[in-house]
Amino acid sequence: GINAEYGTPPHLTSTLNKQPNRFIMSIMEYNGGAVVAMVGKGCVAIASDKRYGVQAQTVGFDFEKVFRIQERTFVGLTGLATDVQTMASKLEFRTKLYELREERQMTPKVLAHLLSQLLYEKRFGPYFTEPVVAGLDGKGEPYICAMDLIGAQELAKDFVVTGTCTENLFGMCESLWRPDLEEDELFEIVSQCLLASVDRDATSGWGAVVHIINADGVRTRHLKTRQD
Amino acid sequence: MSDSLIAITGDDFVLVAADTTHTRSIMVVKESGEDKIMELDSHKLLAASGDNGDRNAFCQYVQKNSALYRLRNGTPLSTRALANWTRRALADALRKHPYSANLLLAGYDASPTEGKPGKVSLYYIDYLASMQQLPFACQGYAGHFLLGLLDNGWRKGMTREEARELLDKCIEQLQTRFVLGAPKFAIKLVDKDGVHVIESADA
Repeated sequence: GINAEYGTPPHLTSTLNKQPNRFIMSIMEYNGGAVVAMVGKGCVAIASDKRYGVQAQTVGFDFEKVFRIQERTFVGLTGLATDVQTMASKLEFRTKLYELREERQMTPKVLAHLLSQLLYEKRFGPYFTEPVVAGLDGKGEPYICAMDLIGAQELAKDFVVTGTCTENLFGMCESLWRPDLEEDELFEIVSQCLLASVDRDATSGWGAVVHIINADGVRTRHLKTRQD
Repeated sequence: MSDSLIAITGDDFVLVAADTTHTRSIMVVKESGEDKIMELDSHKLLAASGDNGDRNAFCQYVQKNSALYRLRNGTPLSTRALANWTRRALADALRKHPYSANLLLAGYDASPTEGKPGKVSLYYIDYLASMQQLPFACQGYAGHFLLGLLDNGWRKGMTREEARELLDKCIEQLQTRFVLGAPKFAIKLVDKDGVHVIESADA
């Protein structure tokens, strides 16, 4: 995605002292977090950490960033926590309305386009969140997609990552992923990629959750991780 | 940031404490006597920190809308519903006319709603409108001093006495080590019998 060097949250800007302060973070790093999605054989995996923090302070350990928006489609959101919650809420609203009108589930591709539109509509005052969509379409074909904070989609056939440790995640995924992973292997690999990456990021971690989606359903596992 | 709020949950009660100072920049407007814990209804408390004007205005807004719901629908909102409503109100205001108020919302629900277990709940909502349900929480600089202490001392199913003891330790810590440690804290408790004022904000 684009390098979003957006301003700092207001209570951190000093009107008196203009010297650089190493404790001030970009708005995308204020809460921290990590999400990764991967394609396997007839299945997809999506995983996130569970930390809810405010800069260096960790406040909660139950903040899952992956939401089950449709039966077989998940959306993972990182970035500013308030916008993660707002976007998840907006998506739930729109998909429920879709289900009422169309009497069917929204496919992941359509959901990704909806999400992209919702983000771009705030082009000049965006939501500070970079989502990842992962799901299976009607035919059971895996679909994953990532977006920047103004809705520019990035389709991938292998894996997508978002959060404060994307460099770590890209490195891990590139090394460990291979095509046609069976479910159990996929679970192992997604878990290793996520854990190794967040362990080197101060603002991510404190627990992890992994969802494996296949034609029969979803398996959710919570990982025991380093609590630091 | 300079206001301190602390809340601790037990199985069937929530203890909420707030400092009672009113400060403006480097000046102390009022050293004690400011009540920062508002009673939203018979079984809910909303503790708020931040600018005095925003704090009062927003808390009243939540209180009156909670009452309106009850009048219109004949039944009060559950704590979880009210917390989500509050978060949404803050989130909508964030990009229009933001309130700089950090909140701790605690409530007792007579019947657990929507499949959620437990009768008491505590919600931490920061001024950017991000929300978490937590077993204990702090707002402001207090967290830097107390979260470690609370991690260590909190246990599920604490009694009221144990919780009060832990809270007293927290307040003592702030008064010893925090440069803005207030001399007086107001303490309120909410349980099945409603809101109890343990320590009044008034001197």
